[in-house]
Amino acid sequence: MGIEEKLSENSIITTTVEKFVNWARKNSLWPTGFGLACCAIEMISTAAARFDLARFGMEIFRSSPRQADLMIVAGTVTKKMAPVVKRLYDQMPNPKWVIAMGACAISGGIFKTYSVLQGVDKIIPVDVYVPGCPVRPEALLDAIVKLQEKIAKEKLRTKDESTSIGTIGTTGTIEK
Amino acid sequence: MSELEVELAIRRKEENREEETETGEEIMVLNMGPQHPSTHGVLRIILKLEGELIIDAVPVIGYLHRGIEKLMESKSYHQVIVLTDRFDYLSPLVNNLSYCLAVEKLLGLEIPPRGQYLRVILAELTRLESHLMWLGSQANDIGAITPLLYTFREREGLLDLFEMAGGSRMHTSYIRIGGLLRDVPQEFIPKVKSFCEAFPRLMKDYEGLLTKNRIWQMRTRGVGVISAEEAINLSLSGPMLRGSGVKHDLRKASPYSGYDQFEFDIPVEKEGDVYARYLVRLEEMRQSINILRQAVEKLPSGPINAGVPQVVPPEKQRVGSDIESLIHQFHIMVEGFKVPAGEVYSSVESPRGELGYYICSDGSGKPYRIKVRTPSFVNLQTLAPMIKGRLIADIMAIIGSIDIILGDVDK
Amino acid sequence: MNRHQLEQLEQLEQLKNKFPDGVESIETRLGETTVELKKEFLQPVCEYLKKEAGLDYLADLTGLDLGVEAGPRYAVVYHLYSMQGRQRLRLKVKTSDAVDTVTPVWKGADWFEREVYDLLGIVFNRHPNLTRIYMPDDFVGHPLRKDFPLMEE
Repeated sequence: MGIEEKLSENSIITTTVEKFVNWARKNSLWPTGFGLACCAIEMISTAAARFDLARFGMEIFRSSPRQADLMIVAGTVTKKMAPVVKRLYDQMPNPKWVIAMGACAISGGIFKTYSVLQGVDKIIPVDVYVPGCPVRPEALLDAIVKLQEKIAKEKLRTKDESTSIGTIGTTGTIEK
Repeated sequence: MSELEVELAIRRKEENREEETETGEEIMVLNMGPQHPSTHGVLRIILKLEGELIIDAVPVIGYLHRGIEKLMESKSYHQVIVLTDRFDYLSPLVNNLSYCLAVEKLLGLEIPPRGQYLRVILAELTRLESHLMWLGSQANDIGAITPLLYTFREREGLLDLFEMAGGSRMHTSYIRIGGLLRDVPQEFIPKVKSFCEAFPRLMKDYEGLLTKNRIWQMRTRGVGVISAEEAINLSLSGPMLRGSGVKHDLRKASPYSGYDQFEFDIPVEKEGDVYARYLVRLEEMRQSINILRQAVEKLPSGPINAGVPQVVPPEKQRVGSDIESLIHQFHIMVEGFKVPAGEVYSSVESPRGELGYYICSDGSGKPYRIKVRTPSFVNLQTLAPMIKGRLIADIMAIIGSIDIILGDVDK
Repeated sequence: MNRHQLEQLEQLEQLKNKFPDGVESIETRLGETTVELKKEFLQPVCEYLKKEAGLDYLADLTGLDLGVEAGPRYAVVYHLYSMQGRQRLRLKVKTSDAVDTVTPVWKGADWFEREVYDLLGIVFNRHPNLTRIYMPDDFVGHPLRKDFPLMEE
């Protein structure tokens, strides 16, 4: 049943190495558990039974950044926490991607104060921005799917850090 | 000095002194957090260890300090409601309630009975939601991963109820100064009733997995003990206090929002350890269902808002057609209503303890000073004395039983 | 007036008699009583209130900036509660720079006082560990002061 019936006996699939590697990478993104504030609760809800992040390949949130390739910055980044975020980002091995989840991670949110960093992209490069306060689990899943589409289009030869950054709304996409 | 330099200095000092304990082992300084799966957020603890035994612990907080109290001084009283949600983000409606009660005390407003009963229903639903999250995450930290998925299943049902009433799963800002944003829809009360019918049966799932489980009891009995005198002296509140034998609950001691019309018990346990607090919170969930059943039975009809148009925004349909409503809407949203000068302290029983708002008003439309007395900040002071002399593995059990939320701790 | 409120009135009378120089004013508004003290009398009054009036629970401790031109500039506000009598009392002490710590009376005052020191700059004499708690250790300034900007330009 399923795909085996479609393939004949001596089945060969032809593809490019690039497509194959991208397919493997995008379907097994392992996030590092980086919940800072309220958005962390919605991130845990996304991983729980109703919205089920595991069906996208993100089975477990890795505790150590050295075993992860996706950092979901969920919550407000304060100036005291910023060096820690940068250190954790540096500890992640390449290739790595970042999702800025929530208004606080994108631009400081409603907290225009003396202690809040106005956006996590001031210290690390961000691949996908998800607006919301807090971000609904459906929107986070949308962001992950968009990130997967982005990874599928990546070139294997040169992976530069400042890749094109696309913003996502819950109703449409704007790509740079 | 940056934090890395501080840590290196501590390590250098320890190595130079070649400090050894009586058993001849070296002392190690270990940093736990701020990124750690079990610290429930950005909490950092610097531990001084002898092997696995903890000799000293220094919690470092402030990694989520957003300066909300100062931000509130530049907003109108109505705009501050949105900021109050973000303190204790697991029980946002209780935060709204505490703030609104304080402002209503300054203004001298009376909330009609239907508004009060609805507030009680929302507060108890929030208490259930918060305790379910606590149960799932504490069990997960100790190693029992299954209850987390079960409690989140129930939590989704509760979040659906909040979305039905207030429009959003979290951060609804549904409780407003003078009453509520709007009345609940028709389907809300029947859904709450059916939730109350189903929940006690589901609670048996969690209790069956944990309460009499030998491993759970070994990990939680006798761990993190606080006596009743220490608890009062350290200004603890909520289940931390009731787990140590002090029968104190603000819903009974100084009832607010009509709580004196409901009959419920206050669970108290004597041992003061992690297991005692676990039992207290479980029983609190059952008492919440009890209160919800009574509130839903006796819910009166009538207005939900105090009839003060200068403070309570008018209905949206009337703003477009009625000039007076337009003027009131404009005045509240753009200028902000003025509150008489004075100071007030008003507190409620949040799922974590006493949540109090101290508001100083200078007679203008913006608060002069708001101090939020958050329960997690005060309860966290007991972390260091409780984990001294214990093993590293006990830290997770103890942090889980204090039930902290870093938004509350760091404001 | 119920029994608890009558008891509280009596206790306040006794307090005034015991510390005639210390108590500056006693005021009741919106059902809450505020006692203003001179800062030298803070620790003896707190010990007295804990022992005689049963105010064994410190609910809150906070600081107020009364304005750049006010003299004295700051007020430290204590919210006390009695577990037995279920009464509340507010103490206010005005200062321009420092007050005594109340940690010997209520251990829970520890982190409250550190927070007030961090955000307002009021020093608490003989506090066991008076260091910043929210802002990083090398931060300059005290954010909740009225002359500290909300956000750097």
